[in-house]
Amino acid sequence: MIQLENVSKSYSTRQGPRMILDGINLQVAKGQKIGILGRNGSGKSTLIRLISGAELPTSGKVRRGISVSWPLAFGGAFQAYLTGLDNLRFVCRIYDVDYHSVVSFVEEFTELGLYLREPVLHYSSGMRARLAFAISMAIEFDCFLIDEVIAVGDSRFHEKCHTELFEKRKDRALILVSHDPNVISAQCDSACVLSNGKLHSFDHVDEAYAFYLASDL
Amino acid sequence: MRLTHPPSDTSFARSLRIQLRVIGALLMREIVTRYGRDNLGFLWVFVEPMLFTLGVTALWTAAGANHGSSLPIVAFALTGYSSVLLWRNMPGRCAMAIPPNMGLLYHHNVRVMDLFITRILLEFAGATVSFAVLSALFITIGWMEAPVDTLEVFFAWLLLAWFGASLAMIIGALTAYSEMAERLWHPTAYLLFPLSGAAFMVEWMPRQFQELLLYLPMVNGVELLRNGYFGTAVRTHFDIPYTVSVCLVMTLIALALVRDASSRVEIE
Repeated sequence: MIQLENVSKSYSTRQGPRMILDGINLQVAKGQKIGILGRNGSGKSTLIRLISGAELPTSGKVRRGISVSWPLAFGGAFQAYLTGLDNLRFVCRIYDVDYHSVVSFVEEFTELGLYLREPVLHYSSGMRARLAFAISMAIEFDCFLIDEVIAVGDSRFHEKCHTELFEKRKDRALILVSHDPNVISAQCDSACVLSNGKLHSFDHVDEAYAFYLASDL
Repeated sequence: MRLTHPPSDTSFARSLRIQLRVIGALLMREIVTRYGRDNLGFLWVFVEPMLFTLGVTALWTAAGANHGSSLPIVAFALTGYSSVLLWRNMPGRCAMAIPPNMGLLYHHNVRVMDLFITRILLEFAGATVSFAVLSALFITIGWMEAPVDTLEVFFAWLLLAWFGASLAMIIGALTAYSEMAERLWHPTAYLLFPLSGAAFMVEWMPRQFQELLLYLPMVNGVELLRNGYFGTAVRTHFDIPYTVSVCLVMTLIALALVRDASSRVEIE
């Protein structure tokens, strides 16, 4: 179970502190799939960063009783001077996963061939995305965080990601953040709307969408 | 392939295991990133400080024919410059350690403190092996005598490392508030070098300077180190309780700063 208790986050700006999230409460049980709708700048990514543990809340508590992924397909943690395989090795060490048990999956999924032995520096953005997604799948998590659906790569790559995540791992919990209600209704059981720093929960995606449309920013 | 430890188990032993694993992974990553896998690879961790120390020892030997003391110049240079490498490189590496590694914080077991600990350990290993290997080499070929009191040398070394590590965390955390901390650190480190006791003995200084100099923790450390190395051949000045107290206070400040800096980190 992931629990957010009265979580607030403010950033200091030149105009003084700015409250991005204000008293957020959220519970995600094992296997539960939750969508979070919000307009640009509503704090969706901030919320994902707090849930993943990348940033700490200004006040309130984030409890992670189950293992939570980093935001899916996030490639920002790659060390560009290291090879794809070295980056995989690092992530395996961090999560105590046997490198040899996942390397064939990563080779197969990314189809990067010899490029896996080259520095990530030389990768195209599509190649990086393939590596990032494959590494995300190589480590098994109870809950996956998705900040917008993967927008890079060709349709075949999308297909493969879809199979790995939504079919092979459909027993896992999911927190999917998007401004596109279609994506959320396709994958999630329930949805929340993030607006003006507050999180509004709904049992059905339709209700959330109606609220999202009505909530004028 | 499933994560084996139940996440609810938050015992100290488990936390320690995770911490060690994360630091181990960061160490490997840092070494491969910094030195690559070609030629000497990770050996550069030790070779780099050794080259520095060798160069400085050679320079001081060449220039030191009349340095006004009967002390063997090789041992004097080795103890002095190795100490500087030890306490000065840790803060240098921890300054601005966060920005290039920010993405790593998405792996929630990787914390800001781990980034600092990794770099401190790496610098400590480099300076220590460099000092030990060069000492062994110079003693073997007869350029200097073995230390009079090895245990005291060891203790002084750890004291200098403690000072360097707490200073490193303070500088590293301060750079999270403002890049100015790094810009100020460089001239400070540069100016502290001639005052650090590496190139002189406190005994050689006028009495009123001696007291002022001994306010600097690293001066105490180097004096203690040389006391262990040369024994009664030199007159040394140091205050261990004072130095330990300063290090303790600095460590407390460092921990508080790192904690606060961690909560301020903003990614992208």
